[in-house]
Amino acid sequence: MMAHELTTADGVPLRISLERALLRSRIRAALLVVPLMAFLLFAFILPIFDMLYRSVENTIVAQVLPETVIALQDWDETGDALPDEAVFKTAVADIQAAFKAKTLGRLARRLNYEKPGMASLLRKSGRRSLRITEAPWSEQLIKIDRKWGDINIWRLIKRESDHLTESYFLAAVDMRLDDLGAVNWQPENRQIYLQLFWKTVWMSGLITILCLLLGYPVAFLLATLPLRTSNLLMVLVLLPFWTSLLVRTTSWIALLQTEGVLNDLMVVVGLISDDGRLQMIHNKIGTFVAMTHILLPFMILPLYSVMKTIPPSYMRAARSLGATPFTAFVRVYLPNTVSGIGAGSILVFILSIGYYITPALVGGRTGTFISNFIASHVSETLNWGLAAALGVILLALVLALYLLYDRIVGIDNMKLG
Amino acid sequence: MRLLFGSSALAMGVVLGAGTALAVDLTVVSWGGAYTASQQKAYHDPYMAANPDVKIINDDSAAEGLAKLRAQVESGNVTWDLVDMVASDAITACDEGLIEEIDPDSMLAAAPDGTPASQDFFAGTLTPGGTNCFIPQIVYSTTFGYRTDAFEGEQPSTIADVFDLEKFPGRRALEKKPIGNLEWALIADGVPGEQVYEVLNTEEGVDRAFAKLDTIKESVVWWTKGAQPPQLLADGEVVIASAYNGRLFSAIAEKNQPIAMLWDWQVFDLDGWVIPKGTPNKDAVLEYLMFATDTQRLADQAKFISYGPARYSSGPLVGNHADLGIDMKPHMPTNEANAKTILNFDYVWWADHRAELDERFNAWLAK
Repeated sequence: MMAHELTTADGVPLRISLERALLRSRIRAALLVVPLMAFLLFAFILPIFDMLYRSVENTIVAQVLPETVIALQDWDETGDALPDEAVFKTAVADIQAAFKAKTLGRLARRLNYEKPGMASLLRKSGRRSLRITEAPWSEQLIKIDRKWGDINIWRLIKRESDHLTESYFLAAVDMRLDDLGAVNWQPENRQIYLQLFWKTVWMSGLITILCLLLGYPVAFLLATLPLRTSNLLMVLVLLPFWTSLLVRTTSWIALLQTEGVLNDLMVVVGLISDDGRLQMIHNKIGTFVAMTHILLPFMILPLYSVMKTIPPSYMRAARSLGATPFTAFVRVYLPNTVSGIGAGSILVFILSIGYYITPALVGGRTGTFISNFIASHVSETLNWGLAAALGVILLALVLALYLLYDRIVGIDNMKLG
Repeated sequence: MRLLFGSSALAMGVVLGAGTALAVDLTVVSWGGAYTASQQKAYHDPYMAANPDVKIINDDSAAEGLAKLRAQVESGNVTWDLVDMVASDAITACDEGLIEEIDPDSMLAAAPDGTPASQDFFAGTLTPGGTNCFIPQIVYSTTFGYRTDAFEGEQPSTIADVFDLEKFPGRRALEKKPIGNLEWALIADGVPGEQVYEVLNTEEGVDRAFAKLDTIKESVVWWTKGAQPPQLLADGEVVIASAYNGRLFSAIAEKNQPIAMLWDWQVFDLDGWVIPKGTPNKDAVLEYLMFATDTQRLADQAKFISYGPARYSSGPLVGNHADLGIDMKPHMPTNEANAKTILNFDYVWWADHRAELDERFNAWLAK
């Protein structure tokens, strides 16, 4: 047997030698991709997960009030007695240490998300706590601010002493924990995020449909006209695509505002009176118009690339077999473009759901999206936990819709070009 | 010849070496546009002229200052040396431990008459909300402008007029935030200015403010960027708008728009410097600040933009506009005629209630 196996010059069986050579080339190929993979991992995937983790991360209470958190473990928060003197003593010591280490401010901001008033309570208590050097601890702390005699303050500190918290996610769906730790709806006049998610989804859906209705005929023209004319048309599609987003958005403001071009024109023509100028911007209409215009190329381009591959003979064949133009279109042409419709729609929808500059500028008070609030929590209120929780929900929503799309249309059918 | 060449190369090397040892690039973050330009002319240019080793690089990302600063400090990669911030953001940054503490008397220049800095800056402005990381430069105000061609006869002159759609019909522009608007609503509803926060501190008081805002809600365009309200006024989109006073000044005096100021219950706020924790150039920054926040420099800035210097001693030195030549004093929010009724933000109150009122305000807007 051995004698029959082919070997290389140095006696290694050919099969093994071949495998080694293939492995080497595979490793070499993998090495070429390594830089990109490493870049993606460190510049994209890890930061995203780090940001997402902030939606549940909650180490601050245990960091700033370490001894108090331990002392509170034996306290029964369901009863109606304040923690005992020993807890107050450790709390005073923790607050004093935190004030000196300048970490009290961060704790104040964190707890204020849960209970308005905690910020000023902690800030006020920081410097003044230095005066307390001996018993009675509780009496003196309550003298600084009588809120320290409120049992709910202590319940809050104990509740938020875990390293993970659900409160950002609860806040992101308009809920909160009450003083006893039970999940409740926010008061009605503070509920905002659920309806924003819903508004973002349905408005994005409608924008997608508008893009499809407007983009389909354009893509059809592009694909069927003679090359010279279609190239010119293509430039008209691409030109706005290359123009700055802000420029396009502000041009819509100039066109649509009540003293703007369109209203002026309608007044001159006599369609509307000077007092009856239409409000077409700073509301939902503004968002629909501007977003549809901005996202239109993302619908036209995939549609065009698919339509380009459909031989004109198909339609001719259908007509010659007796189909009306409408039947030929519905039964022959349209089914052939489904992959383009799918690609364009999912592209426009996902882009639209995450847009924030355009809705912020033209949306007014009714046409803004959830992403506007994520942006404001990141850059203005610095509540990154809530921003992350809202982001996670948005990401989950997009993934769910993507899976739904895969189930109905099939992701293999998608064509981007 | 060779000797000569060698020694001159050596001399050159010494000069270069000395140059690089001392040269510092300071990255200063501010708001861009006319505001950065005013700082460039009043602070940066004279400082660089006197200190050729220092090069000041402007970064216009103050609008995202807080978030970017936090990201830099948390990642330990601080590339900013000095950041321009409004006081409320400086309170947050100081609480979060993102910026350096300030000792005014050792770090800032005294007034020409010897008054120490801690006494010369407007009372309380060095310690907004009880923090001590902030060096105020200017007092700016959020106040109202109205179109002079919008109303026949009587012109609006009080906050109550802003909320009076019958007497002064037309759309208003307000900032898309509860801060300021709630206070004005209460004042328009008859609450004395001094008691605004007392009233807001109760649930009924907040309800009352929102109820007053309800009366004009359908006629309000909400703005988010400072450049928007003067534009809305100029386009005739609105007839009355709240705006930063400097932006209104520029629309009125520099662009000759038919707009007039309505100073009643203007809301004072502060803008100033903070030093990011962990800047590698802290010494150079402090040296720069000693110069850039002195009495004359703060007064100089008012030549280029109509914001009031935050020092008592700078007030009398405010002169004429650098290009227009008009006297800037009547355009200062701190001017006596303009400052008959003023509202100071209660930062501590807002720190407690901002989150819940933001939510309530946005829920109210969406309805």
